[in-house]
Amino acid sequence: MPKLVIDGTEIEVEDGITLIQACEEAGVEIPRFCYHERLSIAGNCRMCLVEVVGAPKPVASCAMGVNDLRPGRDGEPPEIRTNSETVKKAREGVMEFLLINHPLDCPICDQGGECDLQDQAMAYGVDGSRFVENKRAVEDKNIGPLIKTIMTRCIHCTRCVRFMTEIAGVEELGMTGRGEDVEITTYLEQGMMSEMSGNVIDLCPVGALTSKPYAFAARPWELRKTESIDVMDAVGSNIRVDTRGREVMRILPRNNDDVNEEWISDKTRFVWDGLRTQRLDRPYVRIRGKLKPATWNDAFAAIARKVKGKKGAKLAAIAGDLAGAEDMYALKDLMTRLGCANIDCRQDGALIDPAMGRASYLFNSGLAGVEEADAILLVGCDPRREASVLNARLRRRWRAGTLKVGLIGPEADLTYQHEYIGAGPQTLSSLASGKHAFFKTLKAAKHPMIIVGSGVLARGDGAAILAQAAKLADAAGVVKRGWNGFNVLHHAASRVAGLDIGFLPGKSGLDTAGILKAAKAGKLDALFLLGADEIDMGSLGKTFVVYIGTHGDAGAHRADVILPAAAYTEKSSIYVNTEGRPQMTDRAVFPPGDAREDWAILRALSAELGVPLEYDSLAELRSAMFDDHRHLALIDEIQDGDDLDLKKLGAGSARLGKQPFTRTITDYYLTNPIARASAIMAEVSAMKTGLGKTGTDG
Amino acid sequence: MSVRRLDPVQPESFKFSATNLKWAREQMKKFPKGRQASAVIPLLWRAQEQHDGWLPEPAIRAVAEMLDMAYIRVYEIATFYTMFNLSPVGKYFVQLCGTTPCWLRGANDLKDVCRRVIGDQQQVTEDGMFSWLEVECLGACTNAPMVQINKDYYEDLTAESFEQLLEDLRAGKEVTLGPQNGRQFSAPEGGATTLLNGTGKAGNSGGAKRKRSGAKTKSATGRGGK
Repeated sequence: MPKLVIDGTEIEVEDGITLIQACEEAGVEIPRFCYHERLSIAGNCRMCLVEVVGAPKPVASCAMGVNDLRPGRDGEPPEIRTNSETVKKAREGVMEFLLINHPLDCPICDQGGECDLQDQAMAYGVDGSRFVENKRAVEDKNIGPLIKTIMTRCIHCTRCVRFMTEIAGVEELGMTGRGEDVEITTYLEQGMMSEMSGNVIDLCPVGALTSKPYAFAARPWELRKTESIDVMDAVGSNIRVDTRGREVMRILPRNNDDVNEEWISDKTRFVWDGLRTQRLDRPYVRIRGKLKPATWNDAFAAIARKVKGKKGAKLAAIAGDLAGAEDMYALKDLMTRLGCANIDCRQDGALIDPAMGRASYLFNSGLAGVEEADAILLVGCDPRREASVLNARLRRRWRAGTLKVGLIGPEADLTYQHEYIGAGPQTLSSLASGKHAFFKTLKAAKHPMIIVGSGVLARGDGAAILAQAAKLADAAGVVKRGWNGFNVLHHAASRVAGLDIGFLPGKSGLDTAGILKAAKAGKLDALFLLGADEIDMGSLGKTFVVYIGTHGDAGAHRADVILPAAAYTEKSSIYVNTEGRPQMTDRAVFPPGDAREDWAILRALSAELGVPLEYDSLAELRSAMFDDHRHLALIDEIQDGDDLDLKKLGAGSARLGKQPFTRTITDYYLTNPIARASAIMAEVSAMKTGLGKTGTDG
Repeated sequence: MSVRRLDPVQPESFKFSATNLKWAREQMKKFPKGRQASAVIPLLWRAQEQHDGWLPEPAIRAVAEMLDMAYIRVYEIATFYTMFNLSPVGKYFVQLCGTTPCWLRGANDLKDVCRRVIGDQQQVTEDGMFSWLEVECLGACTNAPMVQINKDYYEDLTAESFEQLLEDLRAGKEVTLGPQNGRQFSAPEGGATTLLNGTGKAGNSGGAKRKRSGAKTKSATGRGGK
């Protein structure tokens, strides 16, 4: 534990950290451009210069280890000055050099107002420049539909290059040329093929890389910032929704070390234009085969005509991938009051049985648990597409060394090395019986991990696959004292909450497959879809369909009555992520037009149907929900799961199929109604499919 | 120096010749397993030699694939090092040293010759014989001013001797490597000035091993063809 004197204050710091970190611990701010705590150290911007007493020159504090400083002549701790005349002069000099080739186009720059260079030039620079020659100009690069480049502004900090290489794991950005002619580019200006690429916009300390869809749309100081949660996948990335008036202008990540660190995927970041288009902003009722705009009362009356007084067994409800916990709780409540047990939150048909305990469907080790793992088996899942942020974590763990990854399922470019074990259930069962070499790897590992993709559970033999995985976990000792490495990776944001509150078939109730079958056979009077668009609408027959949702997607096209609801940025709602962490979104904007929050729609509908729900406000609904499901009240805390009974889980008698696993997500950019409504997502999707599957496709 | 970009006209593909491929594989073996990327510069260099002295875009990809590197990583290297020519060069590629010692000794005159005889920098003459590039110090300051043509140095030049040299090359005549003013290596001009009294004869000590000074060669190209 070396001791340092920083600006006259003695401080003891950890071994192995750098001077810039030590200064931060001492509460001293050091300006920087190239240094970033989650990236490797480059030391090329020189902005973080400090004075080390006794050293002949100023020292780049980001690249100097505290252990490398020598004590003074009489053994006194090394002294660092950050407020001396030398440091001031050094910073002014560096800043003057940085600004030599930087254009003075702040008034038309999208980074203006949140620009590190602007802020630091104000704080540490001087007002003039002695440079009278011509400034350099650099051609802008086209690197895809998401990132706009104005390369003349680039100060060559290489944060973007390091991010793409180290975190995203797609070596596409590079620095070409040398000296004054250095440029940041992709190879021959190809578009970036990573689903994490948008993060370079946040990393860029200047306005060289900005958001293309957001270009010239707003200034940071005129945006209202709302902290919220993302629902594009089941990771539950923490986001900040920036709005102006009634529109979401952009989405940025928030830091949460346990969930998404400070990254978000491109889908999370750029889906916002989908919140404006294809929106359902008024109720519709189908009259003589055509959907006609209607009032809420007409719509409710139309539903009441079909539902009121009908047998509960002839009703059904399916919840979609983006439904909040409150919405599902209210719908479940309503259906129960109507005497209906045919409800299911697993629109993909995943055969997850919550009777086995909550631990049987959670990412039990926690997302951060990946950091400890030393052997990971991926069963039919592609974390890069199903949970991009988690994949970045897996990659970092792999980069740290000694991580062995095995993959069963369709071969995929995961951005890290992995052993391809096999394609389907047979490989899994041979692994479970200890026949495959990777079994030994798992068995020998201190913190082994199995990640089962929720996609494989949606197969006909899903239960058997989960049982096999449990058997393997049991045999390989994946669950042990203080470590539970048996993980299910969901890809739908609503799924865990749905399972938690039991939005599942009741006694003799039908599940999704059963509901669809009954609908096709004409045995259902009415079907409620709570934002469920991923089911086969063609098999609903002549059933009366009520669609409660946000976008004119598959469900709305088929619906007989459409009730317009609120998207995730328009309501406060609880989502439980794949590791079982309840997180709450916040309302950033109001729903468009006549659209209302889902729970309020259900409350109003319940009164029309003569079975009023017992809560008149969101707070009352929440307190009822929390009474039933205590853990949902513990926002951002993972409730310790019940002990996972692998023996019981593995004892299933279901038969394994022979079909190899297939991709759960075929088009990463178009997985839900919001993304499908987004022009940006469509453009990226087209770019990537247009270039063919090259192994780096996302 | 200016921004280095790939030539707009590129060949369809690039393939190492059988001998070069064998050589390249041997280079790769010099490095420990997983560190094959270290061979990137020798391979690029050999690719350039094979491809008439310049490095085409398909070669960058070919080398990247051989070494299991991302294209952009090899591209970075090819654009960083000025010894890789990214656009076609003449049969005789003149690299003219313009750094201080050569400049003091008249490199500007040589540049004038280049402009007159060859044309602008990095432009290949119509007959494909010449192109030229001003480079930084080539380490032959004692014999300034000098140029490097393909692999050989031509030193102690004057505007006249340099122009003659270019004409001779164009005509396919034999040319003298090294100093063009009769000087032996970097020994004093006009013969020895010290150790004259029998302890050693001037010029006896160094050059016998390597016949550089005064050696005649038919074609001054040492490029390619390995």
